[in-house]
Amino acid sequence: MNISTELYQQTILEYNRNPRNFRLIPDATHQAHGLNPLCGDDYTIYMKIGADDVITDASFQENGCAISKASASIMTMELVGKTKDQAHAMFTEFQNMTKGEASGNCDHCGSGKLCVFSGVWKYPERVKCAILAWHAMQSALNGNETACTE
Amino acid sequence: MSTLARQIAADFPILGKKVNGHPLTYLDTAATALKPLPVIESVTHAHRELSANVHRGVHQLSREATDAFDRSRETVQKFLNAFRSEEIVFTSGTTASINIVANTWGRSTLKAGDEIVLSHMEHHSNIVPWQMLCQVTGCVIKVAPINDRGELIMEEFKALLNERTRLVAVNYVSNALGTINPVKEIVVAAHAVGALVLVDAAQAVACLPVDVQDLDCDFLAFSAHKLFGPTGVGVLYAKYALLKSMPPYFGGGDMILSVTFEKTIYNEPPYKFEAGTPNIAGVIGLGRAIEYVTSLGFDAIGQHEKMLLKLASDELSRIEGVRLIGTAREKVSIVSFVIDQVHPHDIGSILDSEGVAIRAGHHCTQPVMARFCIPATARASFSIYNTEEDVARLVGAVHQVRKVML
Repeated sequence: MNISTELYQQTILEYNRNPRNFRLIPDATHQAHGLNPLCGDDYTIYMKIGADDVITDASFQENGCAISKASASIMTMELVGKTKDQAHAMFTEFQNMTKGEASGNCDHCGSGKLCVFSGVWKYPERVKCAILAWHAMQSALNGNETACTE
Repeated sequence: MSTLARQIAADFPILGKKVNGHPLTYLDTAATALKPLPVIESVTHAHRELSANVHRGVHQLSREATDAFDRSRETVQKFLNAFRSEEIVFTSGTTASINIVANTWGRSTLKAGDEIVLSHMEHHSNIVPWQMLCQVTGCVIKVAPINDRGELIMEEFKALLNERTRLVAVNYVSNALGTINPVKEIVVAAHAVGALVLVDAAQAVACLPVDVQDLDCDFLAFSAHKLFGPTGVGVLYAKYALLKSMPPYFGGGDMILSVTFEKTIYNEPPYKFEAGTPNIAGVIGLGRAIEYVTSLGFDAIGQHEKMLLKLASDELSRIEGVRLIGTAREKVSIVSFVIDQVHPHDIGSILDSEGVAIRAGHHCTQPVMARFCIPATARASFSIYNTEEDVARLVGAVHQVRKVML
């Protein structure tokens, strides 16, 4: 097991140092908390979704570990331009990947950036870190205030 | 290697285990202590040789199980220096013990406006049961603050005490910070206003001698698993008069003298609080764990752990970006720390990849984390079986964390 190649890939470390979309969206149409009671991490996800159901902006706030921060960074980048249905589908694909059940190719995640999480399933205690922002995103889409990894 | 760790290394076979290709460096005793062979064997023996229920059968096996079970109660009594063995109630652990006090003594005694004083460094298990009690009775929680070292500010604690204070609930040792609280002084101050004192001794019993008569505390709770014993078993100590006056919590078998559909007469303490078949093997294992610790002696344990605490604190503080959280003048060998720009979860994972087991998180003390404005800490806790080499491995792995993450 090599943690630097499986878990802490350079891309993840880069987003940890310089997270993307790490900001508030004051006029967000959708937002929700993602809570991991195990470690106390608490993310807020913001999205702006137009009448055509297309996500025009996405962001997150609060601090967490490198895995959760990188995941939230990449997720918010990938969400822009997607419809709500596509976002739900992304969630399922990502969840499968973190369970080690991905199909093997990464076409579903567009730019392929999410593939950096393909080794997370080998670290079960970190899967919740990777998926925290995604649960919050799904809650926001469903109109709930809080999502919990437990 | 320190004499104590060398002397007992063979008692802990799990220390021979390899983790991720490295020898196991177990620095998570504050979460749960490793179990020595005598404890493992006593639990196995209980299942293999004494597999019978206690206080029930007239047959030989039941008699032997009951004898072993009752002997453990006497072992705990001596260990805590309780006045009588009936003051020792077996529970499933510290959390259960505190909840029993909240739900029996608390519900039957406290009224709206009564006050419970907690310290800011309590474990969630010594906060939440009291909040639940407040919801039922209308009593109120007051929190005694801590300073930047993680020490209870005694003047402010004393200023919170008044004629409305009914209970002070504090931990003897903070699981997140390592701070040793001046429990004796706390008890004197609390009793002066007529309040009772509950001591959460979960983190203390493996590090310090605990003498309930000397402390004069009214309730004390601890778990076997932090004392090198099995999980799922613990102790509630309470002064006998309190146990006598408190209503029972669980109803069922073993806690009664007689039952009709019209009326039940409860058994005497401690049985009044021990409904149902208890964790018999666990209680026997706890007794054996106490014998084990006592045979090592708290002088030797204290000396050994002080040495490791100083070494680890000095070495970690020297690393760039490392900050210790909890620097009380009186503390046990728990070293909580953070590294600039690195989340404790990431520290924990990288340390694990080097075979070093620590706890990363809020340690069930979110108010402590809020007090220090951090989401979590990495916590290395040292015990009887740890060595100077373990400190060196920890320090090496922390350097590795910085190399990977920064």
